[in-house]
Amino acid sequence: MIKTTYSDAILSGFDYLLKNYPEVFILGQGLWSPWYVGNTMKNLDKKYGKDRIIDTPVSESACTGAAVGASICGMKPIVVHPRMDFMLYAMDSIVNQAAKWSYMFGGQLNAPVTIRSIINRGGSQGAQHSQALHSWFAHIPGIRVVMPSTVQDARDLLISSVLSPDPVIYIDDRWLYEQTANLKPIKETPLNALTPKCLKKGDQITIVGSGYSTLLALNASKKLNSDGVRAEVFDLRVLNPFNSKSILDSVLKTKRLLVIDSGWKSCGMASEVITSIVENVPTNTLIDPPRRITLPDCPAPSSEVHEKDYYPNEEKIIKFINDSYYF
Amino acid sequence: MSMSVIRAAEIKIAEAKKNRLVKGPVHLGVGQEAIAVGVSKNLRNTDRIFGAHRSHSHILGVDNDLHKLFAEVLGKNTGFSGGMGGSMHLASKSKGFLGSVPIVTGTVPLALGAGLASKLQKSGDIAISYLGDGATEEGVFHESLNFAKVSNIPILFVVENNLFSSHMHMSLRQPLNTINRFAKAHEIETKLVDGNDVAEIYRTSSEFIRKMRLQPEPYLIEAITYRWFGHVDWREDIDVGVARSKKDLLNWKKRDPIKRLSNAMIDKKIWTIEKQHTLDLKVNELIDVNWEKALKDDFPDRKSLLDNVYKYD
Ligand SMILES: Cc1ncc(C[n+]2csc(CCOP(=O)(O)OP(=O)(O)O)c2C)c(N)n1
Ligand SMILES: [Mg+2]
Repeated sequence: MIKTTYSDAILSGFDYLLKNYPEVFILGQGLWSPWYVGNTMKNLDKKYGKDRIIDTPVSESACTGAAVGASICGMKPIVVHPRMDFMLYAMDSIVNQAAKWSYMFGGQLNAPVTIRSIINRGGSQGAQHSQALHSWFAHIPGIRVVMPSTVQDARDLLISSVLSPDPVIYIDDRWLYEQTANLKPIKETPLNALTPKCLKKGDQITIVGSGYSTLLALNASKKLNSDGVRAEVFDLRVLNPFNSKSILDSVLKTKRLLVIDSGWKSCGMASEVITSIVENVPTNTLIDPPRRITLPDCPAPSSEVHEKDYYPNEEKIIKFINDSYYF
Repeated sequence: MSMSVIRAAEIKIAEAKKNRLVKGPVHLGVGQEAIAVGVSKNLRNTDRIFGAHRSHSHILGVDNDLHKLFAEVLGKNTGFSGGMGGSMHLASKSKGFLGSVPIVTGTVPLALGAGLASKLQKSGDIAISYLGDGATEEGVFHESLNFAKVSNIPILFVVENNLFSSHMHMSLRQPLNTINRFAKAHEIETKLVDGNDVAEIYRTSSEFIRKMRLQPEPYLIEAITYRWFGHVDWREDIDVGVARSKKDLLNWKKRDPIKRLSNAMIDKKIWTIEKQHTLDLKVNELIDVNWEKALKDDFPDRKSLLDNVYKYD
């Protein structure tokens, strides 16, 4: 069986949706060029036509608002932002409008839009071309936020997001595009049935990641196995609404919690995970204080000297665990 | 700084990018030099200039420190931004160049504010906002035009219309290939100029800028031009994954702003082919000296990662 890459898995998710749901259409910048979105939308315009795959002017705000509006009228639009940083022009449509449309009108209307936002960083691209702002969006009631870290989820979470009756921000990461796996046949799953997932069993420490940081956690924990450290690894998958149940059960067993996040520390996703666990475990459960690995408190540097220090990687995680814990 | 030096500097950067000496992305404006050169001739150090992702010419227009540009593009601590920015984040405060960044249209309202500040300060200084045709598609551009007009803000919008926004030709993005209609809609005085004719750009911008300094008002110049390289980095043939039209490129190269000026001056007998050769040699020497110097400089200190996030400690 030929393995599928993460980026091809996204493509197959789009293909499935476009084939089976005539109300699905996609708009955003760079949809007709491989440069912006890699292979994730390759030839969709040729297969499904430029009416359904719309490469747009440089107008994030209007395009996102238009997607929200179309979603209120029975379509299932997907708006693509090739970089999360560009999407900040669209904050009103996302935060003030889509997130609240169902609530404000007593459930009479809803905005089932999907906003695909790509984290694209590194390569000295600097402060405005690197951000991972998932925590911001996870703060907002009314929008679901998903971050696939596995190849399987890259496809399946996309499908669940687009079929969800609520607005969803689907965040994929360029640094995962080369990951490969064998894909199971497609089975539609409602997004509200999806929760964090255990990717590796262990009983000494619970490590939680999301998106790319899950891959780092998984790789680091496999290496730590040979040092005799048995880590249990969780992938958040759905950041909002956040269901902490399975992670809580894990921490009750391992009694240690480490969260790795590709965002900043202050008011970040790592803080949220730690708080939801700490406020639910009996005092004195934890052997060590809960810990988090996040970005340093500064914008993404352009300099390659600083970039090496800026982003978490496997070695840094292993060193952090070895330095911080005595098992 | 002259068009020839800006051209040669960018060609040097293109080669370096190809040879992997430059780490970050570079957006080259080869072919578009006349615009920044023509506009900058009218500026003083207290004016306030903002650029975007394709701004080597904009900064060199007012600050001729080639070494600082090369060092910045190479990520060295002697660069315009101390090696913290690279090609996409340039600034030179003492020359009035207050920043260029890669969020499309991001600096347009900032330039507006800079103009508003100089109006309040009654300094007679003006703001320059360089932007591309693609940047006119962001809503904030239109908000800025309106606000500039109703508040009489001394800002000159300089739209470099090179007909492309990355891989997308104007005809795929807008109903017309020109954008000066947006200025007209806001009652802003505007002129459509040949962006490859430095004399015309100079004439138009000096007329507008003279008026702005006397009486704060916004103006908009639309300069039609073409970039010789693809959207990003050093390739001529491919533009963000899409093949470029060879025919268009060749035709536009015939409208090279530097050759046009040189030939016109030779025709008028105020310049000679020999003088042009001598100049070209001198330019190349200038480039090489500054490039070699920048190559030898240091990268920023690893320990400076958290510096300058805030001004307070
Ligand atoms: C807000 C935002 N959206 C999209 C991009 C991606 N992008 C970078 S440059 C560019 C093209 C801009 O075209 P134009 O303004 O005409 O400038 P040119 O590249 O032609 O000089 C685009 C779309 C971005 N950097 N920022
Ligand atoms: Mg352009």
